[in-house]
Amino acid sequence: MGLEEKIPSGFLLTTVEKLAGYMRKNSLWPATFGLACCAIEMMAVGSAAKYDIARFGSEVFRASPRQADLMIVAGRVSNKMAPVLRQIYDQMSAPKWVLAMGACASSGGMFNNYAIVQGVDHVVPVDIYLPGCPPRPEMLLDAIIKLQEQINDTKLGANRAQIIKEVELAAMNAKPTHEMKGLLA
Amino acid sequence: MTTFDPYAPSRETTEGKVFSVTGGDWDALVQDIGATKEERVVVNMGPQHPSTHGVLRLVLELEGETITEARAGIGYLHTGIEKNMEYRSWTQGTTFVTRMDYLGPLHNETAYCLAVEKLLGITNDIPERASVIRVMMMELNRISSHMVALGTGALELGAISPMFFAFRERETVLEIFEMITGLRMNMAYIRPGGVQQDLPEGALTKIRDSVKLMRKNFKENATLLIGNSIWMKRTQGIGYLDLAGCTTLGITGPVLRSTGLPWDLRKLQPYCGYENYNFDVVTADTCDVYGRFLIRMNELEQSLRIIEQCVDKLEKLEGAPVMVADKKIAWPAQLALGGDGLGNSLDHIRQIMGTSMESLIHHFKLVTEGFHVPAGQAYVAIESPRGELGASIVSDGGTKPYRVHFREPSFNNLQATAAMSEGGMVADIIGAVASIDPVMGGVDR
Amino acid sequence: MTDGMFGAKGTGDTSGYGGLVRQAVNFGSSERPYGSYFDEVADDLERAYPEFSEAIERVVVDRGELTLHVKREKLVEVAFILRDKLKFEMCMGVNGVHYPEQTGRELHAVYPLLSLTKNQRIRLEVSVPDGDAHIPSVVEVWAGNNWHERETFDMFGIIFDGHPGLTRILMPDDWEGHPQRKDYSLGGIAVEYKGATTPPPSERRSYK
Repeated sequence: MGLEEKIPSGFLLTTVEKLAGYMRKNSLWPATFGLACCAIEMMAVGSAAKYDIARFGSEVFRASPRQADLMIVAGRVSNKMAPVLRQIYDQMSAPKWVLAMGACASSGGMFNNYAIVQGVDHVVPVDIYLPGCPPRPEMLLDAIIKLQEQINDTKLGANRAQIIKEVELAAMNAKPTHEMKGLLA
Repeated sequence: MTTFDPYAPSRETTEGKVFSVTGGDWDALVQDIGATKEERVVVNMGPQHPSTHGVLRLVLELEGETITEARAGIGYLHTGIEKNMEYRSWTQGTTFVTRMDYLGPLHNETAYCLAVEKLLGITNDIPERASVIRVMMMELNRISSHMVALGTGALELGAISPMFFAFRERETVLEIFEMITGLRMNMAYIRPGGVQQDLPEGALTKIRDSVKLMRKNFKENATLLIGNSIWMKRTQGIGYLDLAGCTTLGITGPVLRSTGLPWDLRKLQPYCGYENYNFDVVTADTCDVYGRFLIRMNELEQSLRIIEQCVDKLEKLEGAPVMVADKKIAWPAQLALGGDGLGNSLDHIRQIMGTSMESLIHHFKLVTEGFHVPAGQAYVAIESPRGELGASIVSDGGTKPYRVHFREPSFNNLQATAAMSEGGMVADIIGAVASIDPVMGGVDR
Repeated sequence: MTDGMFGAKGTGDTSGYGGLVRQAVNFGSSERPYGSYFDEVADDLERAYPEFSEAIERVVVDRGELTLHVKREKLVEVAFILRDKLKFEMCMGVNGVHYPEQTGRELHAVYPLLSLTKNQRIRLEVSVPDGDAHIPSVVEVWAGNNWHERETFDMFGIIFDGHPGLTRILMPDDWEGHPQRKDYSLGGIAVEYKGATTPPPSERRSYK
């Protein structure tokens, strides 16, 4: 049936997109960006004690943002920390992803006050939000696996540009939350 | 720096040339710095650095590899917790304080609750079972906190396996926490008047088993570092701070005890009935990082001893109340495991909804409005894993705190960074800071 | 407390819509004997410090804690005596409290002291007017108060004269205002969710 029958055994055929997705998915190196309580749970995931993030190819926590793909924002981001966070994000080389770990990083959590940025998405684009205060290590693993699934299916080149455009458009047309009425669906 | 980097340029200032290092070719950087003919280099470490124990920023003035001046910059995790508490009821306050020093949440809660109880004048009315549970939880917490201190401290000095084992022990403690409070961290379990709920079935058995397991494991873990020649070389004689230095800087906790002074508030100014337990105050006389490390290692065993005594006491106090009898303070909640795994006891809800309007009103008022605390101020200090944790609380007689301030041992002790590291090598500041064990959530609040 | 149920006062409005009116109680001086070791501390201080009656405005004993209200001009002198003669070797920091309704003494600085030698605790309190928020620094007495005074400056705007480097410590350097004062709003933003808007905590209905 085509090319597969002509090549010798031991070869797999796939698309560049799928191959890149597969590679990126399984070597998702996080930057150590521990801020508060969540950072301790992140360390619990990182240490081989019980959760062992190495099973999912993400055990290589990099202190240097240049070598990291995933920024796990683990904890509350203060107004003083926000510019630092943004600089670190800018120093990471693309492709890069951001995981907002915990209620504070996602939305400011219980600290709705003068000191805390009400969600890290005010500073950097977030790919996946993880609820909890702090989230259990299993939840962090789950978030990383879900993100890996996203990465696995990421399109490249023109396809990616097309998808970004569609998502942007959908977001622009979406109804703002405060205009939504009725049941919490 | 040969190529222009938009985020890390080198630039001329009045203080001389400033290089920003954010990766790239180190040889080129060294060459550039060499060209300036400067002996003195100011290096900024952090606030995002793997070895600074959180979002701590260190500004170091170096001559070669010797630190001539060290300054710590903090505030990167300032959360406004103290101000936020002024807008919440006294009971809700525990939910905030628990997130300050996130490695010792139960110590924060206890300090806060003891201060609130002092203002309420109910210090002597706290049921014994509640006090024993508090002590047991605090000592378990001390173990989990010391485990993180030892594990990350070792990691920062380059030893990774102690961290794996330390976090394994920590998990053992967190499983107990989860069983009793429902949460691994930030429990808000200790409340003004007692504790939130009684121990679940099987908790004491589990604690007994865990204590046995931990005692065995601690002995194994100790062999990883004690006597290890690399570890000794990295820690002995490093971060020296003697008794005079400690008193001047107001330092407490393991750092003070490493000077040989057995200053432990659990012994000297007992709270929660600590005078009824047998344990030793661990000291060292080396005033260095190694001494502080040994103190933390040996305090684990003392904590296990206290926990065992607590379990014995709790077995005798089975069924005793865990909340103060005053129904104007104690929440009427009778928590039980419902069909959805959480919530109030259905019997209790049936009773207040069906038979007693007064109870329902009372319940509602107490939860939404809270109780009034007579005006005044109180300062209560307890021995947290890092030293004297003091809660200063002012009440104006309302249902909310007028002002809450925490005297955080991490905040105070971090001032010793300069005294401990100036004149030493740049690599040793890591060990010195790790031996203070600052928790940035506590430092910045 | 002698008030009605749940501390209702005045109109008895417990709906929560009365607004949050806060008024801290001002304690008068306590009478001797103070009890516990407090008489001994007061006697020792009087003996070691002849200007006791001038420098100490009030002695308050409340809830088993001794508070000496010190005039700010005399703070450093008293601190030296307490440290050297009365062996209060440690100062556990300083924290500010803002009482906007106490005209002329709006800002208080509270210093908890600890004696390692005698295992005792006392508290110093200094109050200054808002318009002239200057307190002499005690860093030369207890060096460990350095960061604590910076924090109190940062949060309350109290200027500690003679501090070696009084700069902001927790907030960013270019921050405006002193966040933990009562006249500084808690801040925060309204939360919108599915047709409902919840105002920030400081603007919600609240009980006294």
